[in-house]
Amino acid sequence: MNKLIKAITGGSAIVPIVAIILGLLVGAIIMLIGGYDPILAYRSLINKVFGNPYDFGETLTAITPLIFTGLSVAFAFRTGLFNIGAEGQYIMGMTGATIIGVSVHLPWYIHAPLAVIVGALFGGFWGMIAGYLKAARGVNEVITTIMLNWIALHLANYIVNDYLLEPGKGRSYMIDESASVTIGWLSRLLEDARMHWGMLIALLAVVFFYVFLWRTKQGYELRVVGHNPDAAKYAGINVNRGVVKAMFISGVLAGLAGVFQVLGVFLNQAVSASHTGHGFDGIAVALLGGNNPVGVLLGAILFGSLSYGAAGMSFGADVPPEIIRIVIGTVIFFVAAPGIIRWIIKRRLPGKKSKGEVI
Amino acid sequence: MDKARTVVEMRNITKRFPGIVANDSVNFKLSQGEIHALLGENGAGKSTLMNILFGLYQPEEGEIFVNEQEVVIDGPNKAIKLGIGMVHQHFKLVHPFTVTENIILGSEPKLGFAVNYKQAHKEVERLSKQYGLNVDPYAKIDEISVGMQQRVEILKTLYRGADILIFDEPTAVLTPQEISELLEIMRNLVSQGKSIVLITHKLKEIMAIADTVTIVRRGKVIDSLPVAGTNPNQLAEKMVGREVSLKLDKKNAVLGEPALEVDRLVVKGRQGLNALNETSFVLKRGEILGIAGVEGNGQSELIEALTGLRPVSSGSIKISNMEIAGATPRTISEAGISLIPEDRHKHGLVLDFPVRENMVLETYYTPQFNKRGFMDFDAIDKHAERLVKEFDVRTPSIMTEARALSGGNQQKAIIAREVDKNPDVLIAAQPTRGLDVGAIEFIHKRLVEQRNMGKAVLLISYELEEILQLSDRIAVIYEGRIVGEVNPAETNDQELGLMMTNYKQSQGGPSSEQTD
Amino acid sequence: MKKSAKIFTGIMLLASLTLTACGAKNNNTGGASPSESASGDTSGKDFKFAMVTDVGGVNDKSFNQSAWEGLQHLEKDTGTKVKYLESKEATNYLTNINQFVRDKYNLTWGIGFLMGDAVKEAAAKNPDAKLAIIDNVVEAPNVASITFAENEGSYLVGVVAGLTTKTNKIGFVGGIDIPVIKRFELGFVAGVKAVNPDAKVIINYTGAFDKADLGKAAAASIYNDGADIIFHAAGGTGNGVFNEAKERLKAGKKVWVIGVDKDQSLEFGDEVTLTSMLKRVDEAVYRVSKEMIDGKFPAGVITTLGLKENAVGLPETSTKNVSKEILDKVEEYKAKIISGEIKVPTAQ
Repeated sequence: MNKLIKAITGGSAIVPIVAIILGLLVGAIIMLIGGYDPILAYRSLINKVFGNPYDFGETLTAITPLIFTGLSVAFAFRTGLFNIGAEGQYIMGMTGATIIGVSVHLPWYIHAPLAVIVGALFGGFWGMIAGYLKAARGVNEVITTIMLNWIALHLANYIVNDYLLEPGKGRSYMIDESASVTIGWLSRLLEDARMHWGMLIALLAVVFFYVFLWRTKQGYELRVVGHNPDAAKYAGINVNRGVVKAMFISGVLAGLAGVFQVLGVFLNQAVSASHTGHGFDGIAVALLGGNNPVGVLLGAILFGSLSYGAAGMSFGADVPPEIIRIVIGTVIFFVAAPGIIRWIIKRRLPGKKSKGEVI
Repeated sequence: MDKARTVVEMRNITKRFPGIVANDSVNFKLSQGEIHALLGENGAGKSTLMNILFGLYQPEEGEIFVNEQEVVIDGPNKAIKLGIGMVHQHFKLVHPFTVTENIILGSEPKLGFAVNYKQAHKEVERLSKQYGLNVDPYAKIDEISVGMQQRVEILKTLYRGADILIFDEPTAVLTPQEISELLEIMRNLVSQGKSIVLITHKLKEIMAIADTVTIVRRGKVIDSLPVAGTNPNQLAEKMVGREVSLKLDKKNAVLGEPALEVDRLVVKGRQGLNALNETSFVLKRGEILGIAGVEGNGQSELIEALTGLRPVSSGSIKISNMEIAGATPRTISEAGISLIPEDRHKHGLVLDFPVRENMVLETYYTPQFNKRGFMDFDAIDKHAERLVKEFDVRTPSIMTEARALSGGNQQKAIIAREVDKNPDVLIAAQPTRGLDVGAIEFIHKRLVEQRNMGKAVLLISYELEEILQLSDRIAVIYEGRIVGEVNPAETNDQELGLMMTNYKQSQGGPSSEQTD
Repeated sequence: MKKSAKIFTGIMLLASLTLTACGAKNNNTGGASPSESASGDTSGKDFKFAMVTDVGGVNDKSFNQSAWEGLQHLEKDTGTKVKYLESKEATNYLTNINQFVRDKYNLTWGIGFLMGDAVKEAAAKNPDAKLAIIDNVVEAPNVASITFAENEGSYLVGVVAGLTTKTNKIGFVGGIDIPVIKRFELGFVAGVKAVNPDAKVIINYTGAFDKADLGKAAAASIYNDGADIIFHAAGGTGNGVFNEAKERLKAGKKVWVIGVDKDQSLEFGDEVTLTSMLKRVDEAVYRVSKEMIDGKFPAGVITTLGLKENAVGLPETSTKNVSKEILDKVEEYKAKIISGEIKVPTAQ
């Protein structure tokens, strides 16, 4: 029994892989119905992602924020919280980084780290609000984080509009060179793709996620809180403090996504009409990755590659970007509905044996 | 039994679940008019077999005959059509509905498009009278006791014309009085021609009522024999597969200093009412104090107050002369109270964690397991390995998730952890709930061992037998008060049962049993 | 096992069949551009033109769509190759432009104000590439910047609104508060005041170009304040303004909307569309691209297209809802603006 169960649930790789294949297959069928050439489309997609150094670099740029927001959602989830607010925390992270990047002038070795830290704290603080409301007032974090997303969007727009706006540009002033975290030599190597240190930090965040949750005392406490708050209370763990702490860390992770978009990619913050979607994509990435740090990394790579490669499909095979959203959506659907996948696997594995059951 | 007609015969039934064979060529025969006990440990396969008979599972191999006709039971509806009814352990009742509405649910008598309640009430009343069930058809489920609710379940099967009734662990939730009434009802049923299968692991009930007993162990039928020619020890041995001692060898208690003093403790319950009303008792070193009572009379609140999980309104709790009322769970734990919680899944374990992490649930922060904020997994592993060995926790490894362990081994793991904390006071709440004879024996031995070592043990249990067997002293709790204290050697089920219901005949009992 | 294998082969078979089918189809449509070119002019067949939309997407019923229509028109007339990429989010602006630049497109358009930084960046990194931008100014030797004198056209619809209003209250719904939209607002208000100094203009910026719900809410509050005409310069957000007007019309209250960019009476019906402030993005895209084919690409030049160039103004369908007298007045003001007699205020 164990072996089979491991194969299906424990060895969590099979389900996502089958889900991805099914997603691509469904996408192909939809493309066929729409009169597009799926093979050409997928070839264009791969070409777009790996075809040349520039696009490869830009794919990494697209993946980076998803690693952070995916880790953010997964971290909260591991501690029993559903953080829908990675989007808002992301925006606050951007705002914090922009404020420091634009309005403070310091030598680079202070400026950039300060901008990163302040942005991360902004995101963490934003997550903490929801954590506090849950701990102190019992307000469901799903509701508060959704609302905080909108508050963050408009607060950020207000801050940029009224204090940081470069006239006539619809965005903030550019951040100081000293605050930027771009990697010039790597960009030059990759034909001017926008490379930045955030990518490395994202990998470190994956390691941090693992070490913190599974190796430290605090991580242990948060996991107990997440898996069984009743047992946590009995074990003398302060559940409420755990909730606030978990949301803070989750917010920091999401905030870092925004920080590096500002300091490494845009170098400014635009007045934004709507959410970027990076935070929401983080939910999907966390789901794809089974809330597991390495899984999130792989999920972000998949998600980011598909998103970035969408333009390639559009360019090479004239497939509208909506189709690739369908493919991504289908993959998530199949991951989220492991029952379907398991049913399919089961049909294929025990094969003949199940026949006796019919009688 | 030979002269009676066979109403159900199951031949060579085999049912596999991934990795295990739940039933391995099981043969089972039920004669008309008998009470046939199906005895076995948890996971032995007795429930699986009956679920097959009731159409909830399909067997891979084997045949089923009902009234000497081969049948395929592909669902509960088919089973009901064949006259088979099942009284589940967890009742399936709609609480805001009346008794009658629950009974007719799904097969309502119709008057045009409307439900013919008049006829329904009449029919329910008739059945209730015929089998001596004494159920008020107009009462709402919310308003009646657990025992009554069970009778509604029985009526449900009778209303659908069942001749073969399956009772799944029916006494687990009942008071002693309710149990004896249920046994009476079962006798009544068979005397009127019904046949009964009784799934249980309680030897006492089998001896009291069953005609035949079939013992199942690890998916196989070990034996099937008339109850008249057997005894509890023999049955227990067949069930567990080795010799077990049902009687505990208990030396006389050597009483020491008071370890836990509870004085006029008042605690509010979930609804904001006082769940504990000036409860007072003293627990000494070297004794086991049993708290007897019907579920929902303040036991849970008492445990929570003692462990710091529930605020104390007034009164005092002293452990070795140190006041701990209102202290945090951690302070209390460090002061020397250990708890084997009532609900091991809810409070005792983090099911998704491996065994090793569960073993340090309350001590993970101590320097022994924690170095500068990092978990010292070498020490934790060593600790877990030792406990697993000492307490015979059967797990593939200390990395196995607690969820994958059997109930008995989960409980052993908790006991290992709690006892290893070397507490002054060990609170054992329902320590053997849902466990089989083998595990019960082990746990009881450990509790007595702790007491012999001079620890104070507070045993809170809804199983009178357990209380009677283990306790050196019994305090009866009723509506948040200790209403009496008795010496286990000088009392019996009946007396205790009456005290537990405050000298009232159990026509009501507390109707608000907590759902978990 | 066998069954699913069969299904799989089935799918693959189906896939390959359909593939061949659509391969054939692709040949038809793909080759359509040159063969269908109406005029038989194939001067552009060696040229590749592309545009990158902002987050509004190519079907925004506004400037992105208009720009794409301009390119499609060019394809038809000259047999050139055209293509677009939609930007899902701001990070894609630069990468999408670079996709075309790297693929050696002759000219890549960035459509909309928001593309400014990306066009600038791409132009600086690829001095050999040619780029053009609508609604923003990028000062680079290889970029053509096209802006419109929206204030002039808005002035004229302001005249229409000022003379048509019965309640003396008029609304303006803007997208994001950026210079382009500010030009709409300032021109419009000036036009209203010129003919109806007592009229009050209620101004509301929704902060978005792609949020119809925000547009609807803004319109509702303005109409509730007593306005009977709303001029919107808010892209997709403006669709909500039309929807609100239609609902009020159904409820028996006569209100008007003045559309923007395209003749929106064609889209939303002339029972609510008083007129529209045309902004011929399609014309601009067509013209500048054509100049590229003709070897006269205005690299490094900032072109402002206004009334004189017929790049802004009222559509012909205006006669339906706007009286002759008012249209005459409009012509009068138009002449004065072109002659320079009236200076329409503009955003700096």
